[in-house]
Amino acid sequence: MSAIANSIFSPELAARFDKLVTIYPAKRSALVPMLLYAQDEVGYVSEAVIQEIAQRLDLFDLEVRSVLSYYSMLRTKPAGKYNIQVCTNISCMLRGGYEILDHCKKKLGIGHKQVTPDGQFSLEEVECIGACCWAPAMQVNYDFHDELTAAKVDEILADYSAGKTPGDTNKVSE
Amino acid sequence: MPRLVSHPDEVKVLSRRFGLGATNIDKYLELDGYAGVQKAIAKGPDEMSGWIIAEMKASGLRGRGGAGFPTGMKWSFVPKASPKPKYVLVNGDESEPGTCKDHILFREDPHAVIEGTMIAGLAVGAKMGFIYLRGEYRYLLNIVEKAVADAYAKGFLGKNIFGVEGVDFDIVTQTGAGAYEVGEESALMESLEGKRGIPRIRPPFPAVVGLYGGPTIINNAETIANAPHILLMGGENYCNLGSPRNGGTRLFGISGHVERPGVYELPMGYPLRKAIYDVAGGIKGGKQLKAVVPGGASCPVLRADEIDVGLDFDQMAKAGTMLGSGGIVVLDETVSIVEFALRTIKFYQHESCGWCIPCREGTDWIKKTLTRVYEGGGQKKDIDNVQYLAENMMGRTFCPLGDAAAMPTLGFVKKFRKEFEDYIEGKKAGTPIMTTEHDLVGAGH
Repeated sequence: MSAIANSIFSPELAARFDKLVTIYPAKRSALVPMLLYAQDEVGYVSEAVIQEIAQRLDLFDLEVRSVLSYYSMLRTKPAGKYNIQVCTNISCMLRGGYEILDHCKKKLGIGHKQVTPDGQFSLEEVECIGACCWAPAMQVNYDFHDELTAAKVDEILADYSAGKTPGDTNKVSE
Repeated sequence: MPRLVSHPDEVKVLSRRFGLGATNIDKYLELDGYAGVQKAIAKGPDEMSGWIIAEMKASGLRGRGGAGFPTGMKWSFVPKASPKPKYVLVNGDESEPGTCKDHILFREDPHAVIEGTMIAGLAVGAKMGFIYLRGEYRYLLNIVEKAVADAYAKGFLGKNIFGVEGVDFDIVTQTGAGAYEVGEESALMESLEGKRGIPRIRPPFPAVVGLYGGPTIINNAETIANAPHILLMGGENYCNLGSPRNGGTRLFGISGHVERPGVYELPMGYPLRKAIYDVAGGIKGGKQLKAVVPGGASCPVLRADEIDVGLDFDQMAKAGTMLGSGGIVVLDETVSIVEFALRTIKFYQHESCGWCIPCREGTDWIKKTLTRVYEGGGQKKDIDNVQYLAENMMGRTFCPLGDAAAMPTLGFVKKFRKEFEDYIEGKKAGTPIMTTEHDLVGAGH
């Protein structure tokens, strides 16, 4: 039973949030992860998400909005099912990051922070994602793809379009 | 996939388990895992803390996040008695452009970070540690979370760890949500407390008043992961791997125009020229070297004739730059420094949190001015204006982001002034790379 009646989240996420607010010395510490995990499930940080998180953490909506507007990964509008984030920061820039970005733009027919009409893909130019030695790199949702070429991007996008997870994502085998 | 690389000159301490499946706790144990922390616990409650701090001091280990502060000394600043709980906070918010060393560390050896966190906790008397990863590193967070859960399952975390009565330690993992500024220690604490990541004024320093008002040790993930190795091999032996006053080895990420980019573990003081030409295989495609950004985007650039310097904190400072985060970005002859300087300041303008006016306004005006120059409408006085703006940001902000933006800018305009002047006169060096025109708008704007 969730701590919140009529939670907008799935029972699993609601249960996760119930626990999350108990593990820190101060429950407000759960705010940033909660916003991100809520976005993962809902697709974006909606008004309803803001209100429920505020209620869970005993905060004003305004306090949640203030934090929400600070972090670049949090969004208040839906993105595509697959959000493509191409890094153009210095290391990627030197190894073709801009070509990859331009290729994605042409291929998808959309620009920075736009979504394809079918809602499948969205595109973002992002700052350094920490894959500098494997540049150029991008993330599709949370999956890293690196040492990219235009041809490799085509394969990756085709895989996602077909509902498959491309083979080179960072799944770790033990 | 982050590719593992190797070179005969590497001295593998921190990276010795990379590629061996050490994310698995049993494999980690097989490879001396959790032996360092148990060695410390075996010293008994009276001697444990003093012994750890003495070994850390002897190791000469200096902060791997970029500032290079001696780790043992930092740990010794935490007051023995505190009315408030003490904490350990591990900074895995790696976001300095050119830096991906913690990425591979979390991926290949997460238990070393966990064990180091425990050691730091035992040293200062903290019973709780936080491992904070940047939001983009979700797959790494999953790896670390599983590793933490496995450590709990074995009784290595929680109450009476390793079955020793009265020794408790808990670890909480945390995710960010996209903000370079949060990599700064005080902003990191704000973020972990569920707030906007803006810096706190110091003093008081975190070792006295940190997370939730309690004394807090904040270390970069690589720094922390060195602790178990130091306790196992002995501080002095670790120290002797490096150069004077710069103990041990370091993960250097070499990226940009080199033949074999990658994260290499080299002894402190290793020659930068060899790192580029031997370890990373030289300049890509046989081109000429133009410049090197030696320790992440915030470090002043070195010209091709300035790379005969050793990779340690002191030698780099003497050369007028910084060792920073160990992210070495190599630029070949085709790069336009005007363009590269603009791309660098665009990043800092985007990431300035907006709290301190010199940084918020300075980064914005430098970007605007350099954009005008880049687009062909520059005037000669623009170069002086950029320099003036950058000089007036230095040292005038709560946190080092202002300096981090000003220092590379000053490096570019001072060392390549002629190239800027020529560019303004229409003689543009290099091949343009940037294609986007839109402005990335940051949190502070």
